Amino acid sequence: MTATDNSAPASAGRGWSSELRRRAPLLAGVGFVVLLACLPLLNISIPGILPTPTYQPGAMALMSLAMVFAALALSYNMLLGTSGMLSFGHALYFGAGAYGLGIALEHLGVPLWPGVLIALLGGLVIALITGSVAMRVNGIPFAMVTLAFAQAGSVLVRRNASVTGGEEGLSLNTEGVPDALVGVINTRNLYWACLVMVVVVYLVALWVDRSRLGHLASATRENELRVRVLGLKPNRARLTLFVIAGLCAGLAGMAYMLLQSGTVPRAVSADLTITVLVMVVLGGVGYRWGAVLGGVVYTILDQRLTVLAGSDAIDALPSVLRIPLSEPLFILGTLFILMVLFAPGGIAGTVHAWIDRRRHRNARDEGLRELDADASANDEPVEVRA
Amino acid sequence: MSAQPILEVEGLQATIAGQQVVEDVSFSVPSTGITAVLGRNGVGKTSTLRAILGLIQRTGSVTLAGDRIDGLATHRIVQRGIGYVPEDREVFSKLTVAENLALAERQKNPRREFVDALFPDLVKRRQQAAGTLSGGQQQMVSLARALINDNRLLMVDEPTKGLAPRIVGEVAEALAEASATVPILLVEQNLEVVRRLAADAIVLDGGRVVHTGDANAILDDDALVHRLLGVGTAETGASA
Amino acid sequence: MSTLILILITGVGLGALYFLVASGLSLIYGLMHVLNFAHGAFLTFGAFLGFEIARRIGSDTWWAFAASVVIGGVVGALFATLTELALIRPLYERHIEQVLVTVGLALAAVALFEGIWGSDPIYISAPAWMNETTSVFGAQVPNTYWVLMAAATALLISLVVFLRFTRFGMIIRAGVENRKMVTALGIDVRKAFTLVFAIGGSAAGVGGVLASHYTGYVSAHLGSTLLIFAFIVTVIGGLGSLTGAAIASVLVAVLQQFANYYLGGTGDLIVVVALAAVLLVRPAGLLGRTA
Repeated sequence: MTATDNSAPASAGRGWSSELRRRAPLLAGVGFVVLLACLPLLNISIPGILPTPTYQPGAMALMSLAMVFAALALSYNMLLGTSGMLSFGHALYFGAGAYGLGIALEHLGVPLWPGVLIALLGGLVIALITGSVAMRVNGIPFAMVTLAFAQAGSVLVRRNASVTGGEEGLSLNTEGVPDALVGVINTRNLYWACLVMVVVVYLVALWVDRSRLGHLASATRENELRVRVLGLKPNRARLTLFVIAGLCAGLAGMAYMLLQSGTVPRAVSADLTITVLVMVVLGGVGYRWGAVLGGVVYTILDQRLTVLAGSDAIDALPSVLRIPLSEPLFILGTLFILMVLFAPGGIAGTVHAWIDRRRHRNARDEGLRELDADASANDEPVEVRA
Repeated sequence: MSAQPILEVEGLQATIAGQQVVEDVSFSVPSTGITAVLGRNGVGKTSTLRAILGLIQRTGSVTLAGDRIDGLATHRIVQRGIGYVPEDREVFSKLTVAENLALAERQKNPRREFVDALFPDLVKRRQQAAGTLSGGQQQMVSLARALINDNRLLMVDEPTKGLAPRIVGEVAEALAEASATVPILLVEQNLEVVRRLAADAIVLDGGRVVHTGDANAILDDDALVHRLLGVGTAETGASA
Repeated sequence: MSTLILILITGVGLGALYFLVASGLSLIYGLMHVLNFAHGAFLTFGAFLGFEIARRIGSDTWWAFAASVVIGGVVGALFATLTELALIRPLYERHIEQVLVTVGLALAAVALFEGIWGSDPIYISAPAWMNETTSVFGAQVPNTYWVLMAAATALLISLVVFLRFTRFGMIIRAGVENRKMVTALGIDVRKAFTLVFAIGGSAAGVGGVLASHYTGYVSAHLGSTLLIFAFIVTVIGGLGSLTGAAIASVLVAVLQQFANYYLGGTGDLIVVVALAAVLLVRPAGLLGRTA
């Protein structure tokens, strides 16, 4: 169930005020995107979060990276949030996008757009094949199998150095890329490109959640047996969703390739999948805006914690404190554990639960808790009531 | 009715995965004899037993011999002296008969002789994996697991389901014998068996208690039987 | 011929290492339906502390080796027990969240290990015998492989004896089949959960020490790599099946060694292909229950 649907008021006030309230999320969204688009033209400093004022490349690069990960988190939320699939191989499709584009530009010598198309097609094929095999199993085994596939991808990338650059990574061949998207001076254009990409992925996620496909996938998550009994094909819906999520991750990967002027094997690794998982859970499983926020918060936290790790203040601490605090992943991992234990709804779930309480509604299961309730429903033989 | 009921259930509600399967059930079980729980398929009989044991999410009050047990974990409830024979027997199929029984023993001096005498069939099959037994034999293992301890209450869920008529008789015989020493709450679709064993009956419909009283009186009331239990014949509920 | 024997024996030895990791994973999954990503961290921690103790005693003596194995096992068991009590138990029956906390723990632990021991591998030394080879029909088999096989065999035998002949073993076997019914017999199944974690962690800790002798070094990422192969092994063997894990460990490792030698170092890929093939033919794994 997607939470943003909650914004439709239960007792509709009449006239255009209700119309306005219904449209409010749309207006707010458009306004937010416009604001983001204007940022490179403004001089706003947010010390402690952004390294430089917004119009300078440092801040724009960080914000662009945040958007790449927001898009990746959104695509992952389609799997985990909408259809309850816990994949540990999502990085494979991100990597397929990044490497696919890089390889197309480097070895086929095509311009950017055909390169994007080739990378998408490659990602489609990979997602279709791995997805249909992985969907032979469900739940935890599915997680293990997707992990294994991603690992195979990672091994392939590291081994075939002549094509992928191996451990060194693959740098972007800029011959086919429009000049406007190359170099630090054009970070602004890259920023806008990333913004367009994340908006596209968001719209796809929105469409999926509202479509029959998304409803079927989430109904399957809640009660697979019932969906089967109704004569629907849950696996086909899930596979379609899996492929769509893979393609969206591929888009994010391509943006990453352009933004970073290259990619390294980490883009295909299990580490990256786990990073995305952390983002989504941090933001709130099942909430689109949560996924976006999770991607952004994680990227910024990671960056700031790395800066913190190298700071003099940390260096001066005794080693019992210095060692843990100088490892960003230790802090993020611990934060993640605490979130899962104490705020399973993530940021978005906690906020929604708070709003619901204020409206005196019955608080529903949030985020992860909801997933688990569904999972146990499929465990348990439910008595069929006449 | 005897003095103090062994089990009192008050306002019991239960959900499975957010779906309410027991709406609001209240009843009490007298401290002797067999009390039958009746009702059509899917009215919440099994769920009521599972809710009492805390095997599914539940609210409401459950009192065993005067002590509240509704806040306890399942294993603690059972340790208070409830023997449970689940629907579909649920024997551990890869464990031997002996292991199934050993697992169930909760007291220093388990009633092994009593169980062996009651189910001589099982004695020869001690070292056989329970999964390889016939349905009737598995039911005996399941019953034996409950009878091997001195319980304050037995809860037995459809013990004759899917069994051959001869075995149904044996199971009923075993229950009758057991009921001499321990009160039994029995879910049973086979009305012949109910008529033979039960003193009192509770009828459920739509997750609520709709009727309580003397078992035979209820079964004699054709209209009531037809309305609340479906067909009036003694069908052994072949499971779907 | 001697090459063939060498590949076969080293394959079995590597399989033994996989089994040390996979046995715990499989038991934990079988009983609790928890996919334990922190298993690699148990292994790595065991390896590091085993290395530290061996270094202090004098790492090329047998005493040091024995002490490191014992320490590895104890540390792995303690780490795993704490994990179960502090992180898994509060999320009782919430399988997805249980997986996630183990993911977080793995993330945090590996980072912490890097902070303490650095991110570069630390090369270790062993008793001289372990650096030598033994000739079997002309194949020069490094002695480390014999140690691995001995450890895995000892583990398999003690696990089987434990599961078969102790009350806890009986509870675990019953719990793998039907956890709820175990509690409905008045047994606190959570004690078995903690125990299974301790056993699995201990096997992983010992596995960590032996893995460091197999690779020749300890590093913060020692566990992560092995963990993925252990996952593959448990899925191929059938989740929750100890025998399945044992068989699959050996099959997968032998296949891997053969592919590495004859198919140009493609062992890792072949293993994933094998996984896909098994899933297509038997989704429940070789010895998995077809539920």
